[in-house]
Formats: sequence, C-alpha cells, structure tokens
Amino acid sequence: MNHNIELNQVTYTYPGITTPALTDLSLAIPAGQFCAVVGPNGAGKSTLAYTLSGFIPHFYHGTLQGEVTIAGMNTRDTPLSELVLMVGLVFQNPFNQISGTKFTVREEIAFGMENLGVDRQEMINRCDDIMAKVGIRDLAQRSPLSLSGGQMQRVVIASVLAMQPQILILDEPTSQLDPIGSREVLLTIRELASTHAMTVVMIEHKLEWLAVYADRMVALADGTIIADGLPGEVLADEAVWSRGVGRTRYTQASHQARMNGLWPKGRSLAVTLEQAVAGFQAAQTTYSKKS
Amino acid sequence: MDIWIDQLSFTYPAGVTALRGVSLKAMPGESVAIIGENGAGKTTLVKHINGLLKPTSGQVLVGGWNTREYTVAQLASRVGYVFQNPDDQLFASTVWAEVLFGPKNIGLTMEQATERADAALRAVGLIDSAQKHPYDLSISQRKKVAVASVLAMQTPMLVLDEPTTGQDHNDTELVGQIVEDLKEQGRTVITITHDIDFCAEHFDRVVVMAQGMILLDGPARDTLMQAEVLAQTHVEPPQLMRLSEQLNMQERPLNVQEFIEFWCA
Repeated sequence: MNHNIELNQVTYTYPGITTPALTDLSLAIPAGQFCAVVGPNGAGKSTLAYTLSGFIPHFYHGTLQGEVTIAGMNTRDTPLSELVLMVGLVFQNPFNQISGTKFTVREEIAFGMENLGVDRQEMINRCDDIMAKVGIRDLAQRSPLSLSGGQMQRVVIASVLAMQPQILILDEPTSQLDPIGSREVLLTIRELASTHAMTVVMIEHKLEWLAVYADRMVALADGTIIADGLPGEVLADEAVWSRGVGRTRYTQASHQARMNGLWPKGRSLAVTLEQAVAGFQAAQTTYSKKS
Repeated sequence: MDIWIDQLSFTYPAGVTALRGVSLKAMPGESVAIIGENGAGKTTLVKHINGLLKPTSGQVLVGGWNTREYTVAQLASRVGYVFQNPDDQLFASTVWAEVLFGPKNIGLTMEQATERADAALRAVGLIDSAQKHPYDLSISQRKKVAVASVLAMQTPMLVLDEPTTGQDHNDTELVGQIVEDLKEQGRTVITITHDIDFCAEHFDRVVVMAQGMILLDGPARDTLMQAEVLAQTHVEPPQLMRLSEQLNMQERPLNVQEFIEFWCA
C-alpha cells in the first residue's frame, strides 16, 4: 500500500531533557486516511504533530532517531520550506498561528495561498468556498485580531485548508469552537479527506465526533502507541481508559449498564449515540421477553 | 458576595456591539455555566465582572461595588479571573512565583501566602512542577497554573473562561472537582464552557447566550434539554440527554448515574 506518512522506530528527545517524548514509535498512514490521535496530556501527541510536519528536527532540535517519511520525503533531509508545500499544520493555539500582519480575515486566508503562488481567481474561489464551509463568511471584512478565540480558530483552519495540502496535521483544532461548530469542522475535514484524498492526522479530545468521522484511531500514552484500530474498538477498550484516554458518555453509560447486568450479553460497549440506542433497545427487548 | 449585572450593553471601540441588554444575578454558592456559539459575547460579558471592560450602558455590581467606580486591581480582591488563553495571564519565571504573586500582593504574611500557593498548586496537581518555568510546561499545564494562581487569592467570586479547553479526561474531572469545592465553600463561580457534558455534570445553573443576549437562564436540566433553543446558538443537549430522548425515556439525566436510575424506572 502507498503510505503517505511513515514513521519507522522513531524516538525523539527534546533538548535538555533526558526522557524521550516519543519512544520507538512506528506508524504508517495511507493517503486519504483520516487518522485520529487521542491520549492524555503529556502522552506525546503534539510532539508527534511536530515530527510529522518537519518542525522536528528543523525547528525543535533535540535528538531524533529512526526515519520519518512524509509524501515520499525523508523529513531529516528535506528543508522545512519544501515540506510546508505538502504538509499543512494547524497549531493548538490560534493566537500563535495568525499572521498578525493582515487587516481582514479574507486577506489572512489568502496569505498562505499567495505564498504558494495560487492563481488570483482560484484564490478568490477557494476563499469563498472555505469561509462558507467553516462558517465565517460574515467575518470576511473583520480584523483577525478583533475576533473571539473560537472565531480565530476557524480562520486558522480555513487558511490552512485553503492551501489544499496533501497532508493535514491538526493539533486540537476545535478546542475553542462551539459544539456544532466543532462537528462541522470535523465533517468538512472528513469530506476533504474523502474527496481530495487528503491524509489527515488529528489530535483531539472530542471523542463523540471523532468516533463518527475518523477512519482510524491511534491512542498514545507515555510516548508510545497503546492502541491502534477502528475508533469504536479503541474507545471501547477498558485497557485504554485506564491509561487516561477519555471515553464518550455512551461508553460510560453502557459500561455502567453492563456492570448492573442491564447491557446485552456479548455486545460491545457503545461508543456512538447510534450504538447506545441500539444496545439499550436490544436490552429492553430481551428484558420484556423474559417478563 | 453576589454579582448583579443590570441591562448591560457593550460596544467595542471598532463598533462591534457584543452585548445587548444583558441582565444576570449570581448568588454565593452558585455555580453558573455560560454556554453559546462563538462570538455570542460570553467573554465580553465576564470581562465586565472584574472590570476589564466597563459598560457602554447599564451597570455591573460586584458585592455592591459598581465596577465603573473601582479599578481592576481593586476588583481583583473580590473576583478571581482565569483567562481563556493562559499566556495572557502568566508572567513569572517559575510556577511557584506565579502562584505566590497574588497572595503576596494582598497584604498577607509570607507564611500565609506560602500556605495558599502550596494548597493551590496541590489542588491542580502541579506541586512537583513548582520550580519549573511556566513556558516549559504544556499549554494544558499552563492553564492549570493560571487556575492555581487564581485559587490562591481565595476571592469570594471566580470567573473561569473555558477552563477545560485542551484538557484531557482526568484534568477535566479535576476542574469539575475544583468547581464543586468552590461551590461548597460558598463562593460564586461563573464559568464559560463549550463542553456541554461537563456543564451538565458540574453546574447548577446554565445561561445560554447568542448574539449578545441571553436566550435561556435556569437550572441545568431545564435549559440543557431545550434542543431547539440550543441549536440557535450552535449547541446540542448533552450526550445522555440525547440518548434518553432517543430511547423515549420520560426524564432527562444530567449524569451517568441518573441515566441508569431513569432507565431502570
């Protein structure tokens, strides 16, 4: 299979620190896959994002062992200026990403495309399209610095998506978004992964919608992968919870029901709303048959 | 001490009107969550409580003090404020100095200030990082440092702007516990959050905002079950309420324990 992202036995240690942030990590992600990364704070998730985008080793020095190959390029041998043509990165804190030099949201979104030399009409089209998709059309003429935290986060996402990178790395991109806004952004990214074969690696704590939209979920703890599979499998795994990975309220409720003998025997725990509804309905049917 | 916001309107100098006649009263021992879409005016509203912003019209009274007549420094003795972005707040070169700064500046003895800083850092689980530079910590840890620095002030009122943003499962629980403890101590806690499940589990009262106005204000269960009103401001009811609705249950649960109880009923 053609892997767009490949990490081979990667160990990384930040400068001046003795414990590695990532330990012997191997991961291969095919083109067009939407891969979610979950795990407790301090697990190495952001470090993984920097490694995949080339910020490690080009910006954060430290010690990188093993091989990182992104779109066929070894990140150690490829300058950041070339990597950024392929890889879009959305940082955790939008304040760190906004250029601070643009007077309107529209200009801010166009900025990245200008640097890539995108055709003028094409830039206008992409701007309009992406602003509508992430729900910021009415902010087009506002100053990026006058926006609320959540609005700014949308602008940052839009500016990266407008560049249509082949690979998109997002570090908690919806942390400050309102609930429906978060879901819409995840859905937009889901669609881009499918229609543009964009490879997506998304670090997120919002498990409910990751479980619905992501193709795959990797759980990290202490710099290593502790689970890797379908989101439903990873999130229903009790061994994963015990390492500080969260779970949806559906999983909590079905788990509690199982402990009270109220969940159908042999049925997996629910991760999504749909699974919870189906599970509890099945339990009800069994119960009424008995009585 | 109570917070009384009366017919508050606010327009930013650039001309954006962020609040349109908002009225709200919060009593000691009450935990109030403010929810609503991005740009609804949530942060603008709470910035009035510690006087960072002054009303364009209407007034804000904090324990009887009109915020127009007091400085931010004076109001800080009554209202602790945790910013949305910890980097807007942190300035000291060690975590310890950061958390000690507030108590030291309100006339406490060094011993008392030390005691407070120690307790606050223990409450957020960062006592072992006391000698670190705040910027050597992750953003989620910095957020907890910001919370600790405000807890150390032991103010009667606290404002937390999205305290669970970027926090993992365990840290979100920790923040929930801190809110419960503050409530028990009779403090007034106002918290902005987008985490609706967290909101259902830890807050008595929920205020729903949209376009600079309050759409709903009431007990958590009554407000969070109103799916249609919530949708107007980009919010959905908590997961367990949606589940109970799909299962045609009579009652709407706020937490897992209630869900199981109602399901068995």
